[in-house]
Amino acid sequence: MDFISILSIFVLACFVGYYVVWSVTPALHTPLMAVTNAISSVIIVGALIAAAAGSQADGGQTAKWLGLVGVVLASVNIFGGFAVTERMLAMYKKKERK
Amino acid sequence: MRRDQSAVAVIPANAGISSNIAPSVRQIPAFAGMTKVLMAVLMFCFATPAMAASGEAVNPWVAVAYLVSGVLFILALRGLSSPESSRRGNRFGMIGMLIAVVTTLVTHDIASLPEIGVAIAIGGAIGFVIARRIPMTDMPQLVAAFHSLVGMAAVLVGIAAYLNPGAFNIVDAAGEILVVSRVELGLGVAIGAITFSGSVIAFLKLNGNMSGAPIMLPGRHVINLGVLAGIIGLTAYFAVLPTVETAMIFWTIVALAFVIGFLLIIPIGGADMPVVVSMLNSYSGWAAAAMGFTLGNTAMIITGALVGSSGAILSYIMCKAMNRSFISVIAGGFGADSGPSEGAEKIDRPWKRGSAEDAAYMMKQAESVIIVPGYGMAVAQAQHALREMGDMLKEEGVSVKYAIHPVAGRMPGHMNVLLAEANVPYDEVFELEDINSEFAQADVAFVIGANDVVNPAAKTDKGSPIYGMPVFDVDKAKTIFFIKRSMGGVGYAGVDNEVFYMDQTMMLLSDAKKMCEDIVKSL
Repeated sequence: MDFISILSIFVLACFVGYYVVWSVTPALHTPLMAVTNAISSVIIVGALIAAAAGSQADGGQTAKWLGLVGVVLASVNIFGGFAVTERMLAMYKKKERK
Repeated sequence: MRRDQSAVAVIPANAGISSNIAPSVRQIPAFAGMTKVLMAVLMFCFATPAMAASGEAVNPWVAVAYLVSGVLFILALRGLSSPESSRRGNRFGMIGMLIAVVTTLVTHDIASLPEIGVAIAIGGAIGFVIARRIPMTDMPQLVAAFHSLVGMAAVLVGIAAYLNPGAFNIVDAAGEILVVSRVELGLGVAIGAITFSGSVIAFLKLNGNMSGAPIMLPGRHVINLGVLAGIIGLTAYFAVLPTVETAMIFWTIVALAFVIGFLLIIPIGGADMPVVVSMLNSYSGWAAAAMGFTLGNTAMIITGALVGSSGAILSYIMCKAMNRSFISVIAGGFGADSGPSEGAEKIDRPWKRGSAEDAAYMMKQAESVIIVPGYGMAVAQAQHALREMGDMLKEEGVSVKYAIHPVAGRMPGHMNVLLAEANVPYDEVFELEDINSEFAQADVAFVIGANDVVNPAAKTDKGSPIYGMPVFDVDKAKTIFFIKRSMGGVGYAGVDNEVFYMDQTMMLLSDAKKMCEDIVKSL
């Protein structure tokens, strides 16, 4: 994709983010941070590419190991982030009607 | 889209496969909608490894798969607009992540699948165990630690892309890294490194391994601006040099960025940590977005933009709730100069001491009680005892409400999670602007572990460091119970609180948890 289409997606996504995040209720701001943390680990895609490429080129071997470490770090975040968000959200309960 | 011809080849093949599989899936109605989308996306991806191997670039369906996962991430955040829809939103997020990972794996030639599997298993197990065990009071530290991991992962991906640019499709015909990609790489690595070292410091401060007091270096503004300018200048230089000569510059950018992250956070005091955690949240998003630019990956760009704006908005909300400008938080130093003046001005003024029995008696007679919890409640782990007290009062027919200030706790929404953990229904918990007018009609305001957020000096005393900060009007309530350990220390901001000395105030000097338990016994 060329730079301008990527930039367009980015700018529009910033606006989407702005409106979506303002609609998040303040009571859920901590889960919001935990879940944004988890999804920003989509950076695992880059780490997977590096790890998958292997040693086809100069520096490929180092890149592969860096990628694998990146995969570990991002996985901690993905699993940890989604699990802790799930755990928090399960606590939010309504008043019991008697 | 530049690979039109490959798209034409792929569509018929995939259409055949999906129509064979889809009917069996449709038999489970509850999952049908979601599964159909998933299957379609996966099927389209399976046709692509051949193309990736032959050196062809992106298949349009892969781009669609990443776009779908980006959209699912948007839905994940959208779900958080109410507690009812929030869990469904979280599931969307998980599915989005699964699509992104699977798409990447099936569209690249994988030289090392076992290693990748092991890496995901190790990371996943660590993350899962931590998420299960972490006490809710430690959420701010956990989030800071997770931010540092995102930052470090961004740095590692950036370095890997620099070392092996061919794998990331960012080279031109001559094997040079594209100029645009170099700028993106330089910025991505720098933002990632700042996020990492900044979050490590934030973690150490929040976790108590490092004093929350600001560390002020002489001339720090000059140093910081100089280093930032250096990073930007070097990135520009990095973009124009031939690739072979860039190694030193690239590593210098990485090193400087680690240093600046450290320098930016050490002068920021403990009271400003909610802002810092939100700000680092934002940075981790921008780091992911920068890497998304390098890879031309829509899932990463959308996510980065979402997380970036989310963190920025949270920082803004926190700053506004403390009436501080973002710049002054970043410049740091709040809470450093509170010590000396305090001792000089402090004169003994009369105040009333109450007991657990008084509090129990008064609250039982009351019609409405508003509880104002602060971080002190979390430190004392008093939320369960407090909820028990609230339940007993409700049985006596008293209306009980909880009032939460945006900066109560150590991160946005922290107090809400702690109350939710103690089984306080979320529809009894109110935000500042929704409940502030009700204090005038309330019989009892019960302040537990909060101080600055109920200090009327923020409304009246122009010289006060917290002047202008929105506060609860607890002074309008008929009776105020104020739980505090002693009459000594006074809040983060180190300002004396007029509420202590008011006629209708009774100070309950004790540990918050013990006091709540005593009140429960007397009820």
